[in-house]
Amino acid sequence: MFEFCADPSLLEGTDWWMCYLSNGKHMGFYRSFGVVMMLLLVTVPFIMALGFGGALARRSSLPPVRWLGLAYTSMVRGVPDIIFFLFALIAVDQGIEYLRHLYFCPDWTEPIRQGNDFVVCARAKMPLSDADAWVHKTYSFFQAVLAFAVVFGAFAANTLFGAMNAVPRGQLETGDAFGMTPRQVFRRILLPQMWVYALPGLSNLWMIFIKATPLLFLLGIQDIVYWARELGGTKTALFAYPHPDWRLGYFLFLLVFYLFLTWVSERVFDRLQRRVSRGQPTVGGTV
Amino acid sequence: MSCADTFFGYALRSIGMGERLLPKTDFTLCEHFILIGSGLVWNLYFAFFALTLGFCLAIGIAVARASPNPLLRWPSRVFIFVVRGSPLFIQFFIAYETFVLIPKLGVDINLGFIEITAETRWLTKAWLGALIVLMLNTSAYSAQIFHGALLSVPKGDIEAAQAIGMPAGKRFRRIVFPSMLRLAWASYTNEAIFLFHATALVFFSSFPAWQQKGDALYYASYFADKTFNPFVPYPIIGLYFIIFTVILISIFGLINRRLNRHLTLSR
Repeated sequence: MFEFCADPSLLEGTDWWMCYLSNGKHMGFYRSFGVVMMLLLVTVPFIMALGFGGALARRSSLPPVRWLGLAYTSMVRGVPDIIFFLFALIAVDQGIEYLRHLYFCPDWTEPIRQGNDFVVCARAKMPLSDADAWVHKTYSFFQAVLAFAVVFGAFAANTLFGAMNAVPRGQLETGDAFGMTPRQVFRRILLPQMWVYALPGLSNLWMIFIKATPLLFLLGIQDIVYWARELGGTKTALFAYPHPDWRLGYFLFLLVFYLFLTWVSERVFDRLQRRVSRGQPTVGGTV
Repeated sequence: MSCADTFFGYALRSIGMGERLLPKTDFTLCEHFILIGSGLVWNLYFAFFALTLGFCLAIGIAVARASPNPLLRWPSRVFIFVVRGSPLFIQFFIAYETFVLIPKLGVDINLGFIEITAETRWLTKAWLGALIVLMLNTSAYSAQIFHGALLSVPKGDIEAAQAIGMPAGKRFRRIVFPSMLRLAWASYTNEAIFLFHATALVFFSSFPAWQQKGDALYYASYFADKTFNPFVPYPIIGLYFIIFTVILISIFGLINRRLNRHLTLSR
């Protein structure tokens, strides 16, 4: 990056550090923080959509829909999230390839599962084997987004379902008395009022979500954990910047990053909570 | 190889008993169930010891957190902030890297009838190192729950105890502690479930599974890697976890019944 970094073996002290911390691999490390932040932001709409879907399904008057909603929301309580991540990753991948296989190669006669192999025709591969590297990276990123959204969507559905039930009945009945349709009651009364009850649960969920992002590493994404292990490992004299095992230092840096992220989030949520509590008949509410 | 043979060969494989080699090809459903179930021994081991040891530690931290002495209050505050604010996954990595750096020493512990040599090398093994991480993790989360409950203990109860001249120690044992536990129990049940689920992370963080002795998820992902078919091993491990989560919830429910036995209305 800097001109004086041309020959790292001659560097000492501050110069060495400046060059070391700005070499190509470290740039990848810094970019991976962006990947984590992007995952956090991109996944939230999906989580909320699935959460709303799950909560509404549980409120549905049709029993099969209700059972589906119940099954979806209770599965995360019984099974560790990491199992879902590992499962969803391969299952979604194979599901998409299988559907594409049915679509593109209808006259393929061999079975899909041959012993220990999963075989689809070349055109059904996802992404195509001749695709650019960035396509592969983007695809695996969105797979991770999907896996996170499914798991945390179930958590969100639980929270939103509880919040919808917490809105005082009298409020909804007043809407009925005014002659509003059920849809209007939902949109004008239930939806605006549920947030004050949903927010504590959602802020908790956001914290859990932040703390689950290092699992990206297990999903095969080159995230901050991957780079911390990569950069921290012992570098022998063969490398431009030799150093002993510094993984502990890199992980402590990640720790500080996460502490900062959760600390900031907590503050933001406190503010938000005060805001939505305004005029609510709760302990924290002010007129 | 019949299913009974598989059972005797692999039921305790996760703790190093029975067959030495894992099955390599032509996996049967029976092998899936038994090997994954065998790994569950580790999940239960971690959950049990982390919860019992973490519970005692959490009470201490919660009391220190509420103490008027800043030398007790601040360290516990910082500890709770750091552990609750960072991912368990990172904590595993940090602990492992730290344990690896500790010089290899042996300390003789005389238990009276037997003398064992405790080695710092053990810290890099999952059975001790990961247990310590899980214990510290759950104690921070539980301490926060207990601290909240401690602040909600009715003042009148404590004043009544003071009025009849109960000494501080007895007051804590007979008034504050039972009330705190009662108030915290529902949240603590959730924390216990989370901890039980977190045990699945142990062999996916730094701690190596020595001689392929791993937990349930280690074997489940072993099968998934070999067969490239996630639809068999993961539902099986999911089923196991659901069963034991239900058992955990019922044990905690029983304790809750006992804690609230003076309240006749809640059955």
